[in-house]
Amino acid sequence: MSEERPAQAGSAQAGSAQAAQAGSARAGSSQAGSESGSAQAGPRPAGGAPELVVLRLARPYLNRLISAGLLAAVTEFAALALMATATWLLMAAAGQPPLDRLTVAIVAVRALAVSRGVLRYTERLAGHDAVLRLVTDVRTRVFATLAARRGAPPRTGDALSRLVSDVEAVQDLLLRVVVPGAAAGLVSVLAVGLTALVSPSAALVLAGGLLVAGVALPALATALTRRAAAEVAPLRGALAADAVDLTHGAADLAAFGATGAALDAAQRRARRLARLERRLAVRGFAVDAAGVLVAGLTAGAVVFVALRAGVGGVLVGVLAVGTLSAVEIALALVGAARQWTALRAGLARVAPLITDTAEQAPGTPATSTDAPKTDAGPAITDGGRTGVEERTPPEPAPAALTTPSGDRGGTPDLRFDQVTVRYRSGAPAALDTFDLDLPAGRRVAVVGPSGAGKSTLAAVLTGAVRPDGGRVTLDGRDLGTYPPEDLPAVVGGLLAEAYVFHATVRENLLLGRPGADELALFAAAEAAGLADWVRDQPDGWDTVVGEEGAQLSGGQRQRLALARALLAAPAVLVLDEPTEGLDPVAADEVLAGALAAVPAGRSVLLISHRLSGLAGLDEIVVLDAGRIIQRGRHAELIATPGWYRDQWTLQQAAEHGYLAVSG
Amino acid sequence: MNRRPFDPRLLRQVPAARGDLALLAFLGVLAAGLVVAQATALATLLASAFTGELNRPALAGFVAAVAARSLLVWAQGTVSARLAATVKAALRADLLGAVARHGPGWVAGQRAGQLATLAGRGLDALDAYFTGYLPQLVLSVTVPVAVLGRIVFADWSSALIIALTLPLIPIFGALLGWQAQAATERQWRRLSRLGGHFLDMVAGLPTLRAFGRAKAQTDAVRRMADGHRVATMKTLRIAFLSALVLELVATLSVALVAVPVGIRLLGGGLTLQVALLVLLLTPEAYLPLRAAGSRFHASMEGLTALDEAFTLTGAAPAPTTRTGALPDGLGEIRFESVTVAYQRTVALRDVSLTIRPGERVAIIGPSGAGKSTLLGLLLGFVTPTRGRVTVGGVDLAEADLDGWRRQVAWVPQRAHLFAASLADNIRLGVPEASASAVDKAVTDAALDDVIAALPDGLDTLLGERGHGLSSGQRQRVALARAFLRDTPVVLLDEPTARLDAAAEAAVLTATHRLVAGRTALLVAHRPALLADADRILRVDDGRVTELTPQPTGEGR
Repeated sequence: MSEERPAQAGSAQAGSAQAAQAGSARAGSSQAGSESGSAQAGPRPAGGAPELVVLRLARPYLNRLISAGLLAAVTEFAALALMATATWLLMAAAGQPPLDRLTVAIVAVRALAVSRGVLRYTERLAGHDAVLRLVTDVRTRVFATLAARRGAPPRTGDALSRLVSDVEAVQDLLLRVVVPGAAAGLVSVLAVGLTALVSPSAALVLAGGLLVAGVALPALATALTRRAAAEVAPLRGALAADAVDLTHGAADLAAFGATGAALDAAQRRARRLARLERRLAVRGFAVDAAGVLVAGLTAGAVVFVALRAGVGGVLVGVLAVGTLSAVEIALALVGAARQWTALRAGLARVAPLITDTAEQAPGTPATSTDAPKTDAGPAITDGGRTGVEERTPPEPAPAALTTPSGDRGGTPDLRFDQVTVRYRSGAPAALDTFDLDLPAGRRVAVVGPSGAGKSTLAAVLTGAVRPDGGRVTLDGRDLGTYPPEDLPAVVGGLLAEAYVFHATVRENLLLGRPGADELALFAAAEAAGLADWVRDQPDGWDTVVGEEGAQLSGGQRQRLALARALLAAPAVLVLDEPTEGLDPVAADEVLAGALAAVPAGRSVLLISHRLSGLAGLDEIVVLDAGRIIQRGRHAELIATPGWYRDQWTLQQAAEHGYLAVSG
Repeated sequence: MNRRPFDPRLLRQVPAARGDLALLAFLGVLAAGLVVAQATALATLLASAFTGELNRPALAGFVAAVAARSLLVWAQGTVSARLAATVKAALRADLLGAVARHGPGWVAGQRAGQLATLAGRGLDALDAYFTGYLPQLVLSVTVPVAVLGRIVFADWSSALIIALTLPLIPIFGALLGWQAQAATERQWRRLSRLGGHFLDMVAGLPTLRAFGRAKAQTDAVRRMADGHRVATMKTLRIAFLSALVLELVATLSVALVAVPVGIRLLGGGLTLQVALLVLLLTPEAYLPLRAAGSRFHASMEGLTALDEAFTLTGAAPAPTTRTGALPDGLGEIRFESVTVAYQRTVALRDVSLTIRPGERVAIIGPSGAGKSTLLGLLLGFVTPTRGRVTVGGVDLAEADLDGWRRQVAWVPQRAHLFAASLADNIRLGVPEASASAVDKAVTDAALDDVIAALPDGLDTLLGERGHGLSSGQRQRVALARAFLRDTPVVLLDEPTARLDAAAEAAVLTATHRLVAGRTALLVAHRPALLADADRILRVDDGRVTELTPQPTGEGR
């Protein structure tokens, strides 16, 4: 009495179309992704095939993985043995022997029947446990690699979710390909060996059937799945683009009378895709059909050969039933092969992210724990839910963290000396021989039209971009010589695209200065105009701001980011568009509050496209196309013809005109 | 979840699927018959092998049954994949067709994103449902019936036990079971998607770096990932346990059948052939039920997509195809006591105004006051809740909308650019336009310098949603569309919003050229745009008041 394995049976039959789908989805995204940074991965990462990279990383969990694989093999074998023993039992019983000759078999059948389920339960738990431990490592490593890289991490939501699913490809590789594959291989070898004890010729037949089911068919399935994915992916991508155009562009299409044509094109494509999918299914399911055929034919051939070889009748029955089970187990490799094909693109993308740190930190847990242990307290944790005890830092932040902000050496003098930045050779310079002096305590604004080089300036200051020419110095020391972890304490603040974490308001703010006390928090929030909102929340500082800060309005996000920068209070505070997303009145208030909150003696570099509220600054620098076209104080600049005065007039008219009209 | 395994709306809404569905059911019946045939042949073969003899007819029968099953697996796969493809194509056509029929007003907002996802990749989730779950669902009905039918004739007492224990699978499944398993499975997916906020951390890396916290955070990532692992294992333990119970129920049921069979066989009360048949067939009766149950969750995504598609296409108002009178674009535009009420807000209240041919009217007012609704009315995207809008005396609500729109050019706040060549984007309203006409529109829209800088010029392919062009460049493409259309009426919706000074200047010049000599409605918030206006209307809280034209551009 036996049943087959529901999970594998499922993937074997449904596999072809599903795997084709997954494969094409991943292939499609890999096309889109290759331009966004994973290009350097190439088809072959440094560490060899991506599968090997994963397996190398799995070394600490090898024992767990091997025991999971063995358990899986034992489970499969128990299913086979159950069926074989039950057949033996019945056929032996037909000879009407004394009952005691059957006792062992009866006990074996009962034991196998119960243990099979229990074994499967243990195997699944062991496998998932091992793999999830590995995935924890993978996540940590991927993060560490991305953190160490100077370049920007993937920014679009699409690329991000792809990163997450790529990490999961590691999980699927082990759980759905390696473990079941190894188990099927092991059981196959065992089945052939046991059959050989009974009849070598029958064993030969079985081996042949198993080779077809476990090697030839999976290889065929791999090839077919890969080709299907390659054919389907571009069409699916195009159809997705059509859907976007027809929905998001519905108004444009309707207004210009072009809806009909666009709809026809999309429907033609949908029909073409349907035709292609039908054609591919005919090929793909042929593999599954062949699997059924191989199982039956092998069983028939085994019966034939065994009878010819004079094997006893009872054992022939056992061999026949065992063969059916064994081939079915080997057929699980077809599903595994499809899975593997679908996973390859994701694995190829994730492998370089794992290998980068592999050399530098062979014992990641050990090396990474001692350094950050001291300031691990205020780290952003799990949305304030699992990390309750970690939310308020129990130990005071180490003094080293707060000292660079001025208590020790005071504010350094920042100097830009003929700084030139060119993103591509031959392209116009984003920043062209830029000179700026920011002695301690000075407050300077950099303004200019979009694309003038303002954000490049901020990127140079934070070390994200190295100048191609000239240098940036702090008290004469080149900015490039600062370790990336230390620089933010000296130069930093609110940069473009400030991110609000899915965590409490407190945790988000403490990121700026770990260990800051309640008073400092309130002072920063007050200056950024966030304090009232915090007081209104039932949970106050412990209000969890939703995913990507979704519970916050755009204005509140900006205030939170600003408060965080003010709390960080680096010696040279950089504020990149601090009032973005605020209405004019609020923007003026917040900017004034923020500037007032910066202690005298600290330097401020304000980057803004808005010219309101700059009257109190020591100097205003107007950038255009990477060059300084005007500089001076606000009062001087509005008295002089030029970009600043024109823009000032325009902005004033727009804001005040607008206010007057709508007020 | 209230999901039934099969959505009957499928039969109604996709008639093309009926044939294949019936075929699939028929194949399921055949498959059940073949399961029985194969087991019968094998039992006969082995029973004679017991005596050391090769039963050639039985072997041939077994091989034939296997071959037929193999063909059937292929047919089931092919038919179910064909069904999936048919349904997906039909639903895609329905969904996108609904967009075309109901117009932009219906699609606006969140629905657009939902539709795009669904009609794009969302429906592909149906593959798993149709090729994986549905055939199994059919088998879970046909196979137990066939097995019972066969065993009743061979050994009725075994059949009775099977009939009594079989319902235990769905009962235990429901008790423990499939729903809970599906729920935990979903939760597991969600958990892993969040990846212990791994995503959050990666997305926020620039910010972490900006505060020098990136490396320190690595440890937090490890701790969170580890916590996530522990939570996941807890969930899995329960999910796997329910699978274990179901497996034990099935195994013990089979044992209940097999033990008496063995005892009777030992006592000589049963032939070996019947005993083998019962042994081979009984597990087959329980298997499809469990397989269908365990695959149910995998098919959920497909069922959800299906439900969404039916809800979206079903809830839409009946389309109105109109072939009414053709309004004259050179006629007078009149709003007569027009009120537009949306679900929660009233966009316009009792608005009456007249726009004479050739008049350039600027519309100002705070955002959300109803400015865009005025334009939407004229485009036919919005219909008045009360009152009417007439053009040359023809009520737009009954007019030939396509014909009217041919006389209108529209420059929206943020024009949608299509994943096509730049030239095709400009030709949107006039697909047959000559190259020289396109060139002229390009020059008029001050787009020529942009195109000169592009490697492939007008043939440059734009990415999805016009990826690759700046906001200012997009607006100029929208203006080029309008120039090429060369219509008596132009509607501009804040064409210079979100532009920096340089881009604004270029767009302003082009706008100036566009409105000259046409009837123009111009939603404006920048003073520079008001310079062209003959009249200025102020919209506030749904009411329209006329302002006397005044010199603007200076702050007041």
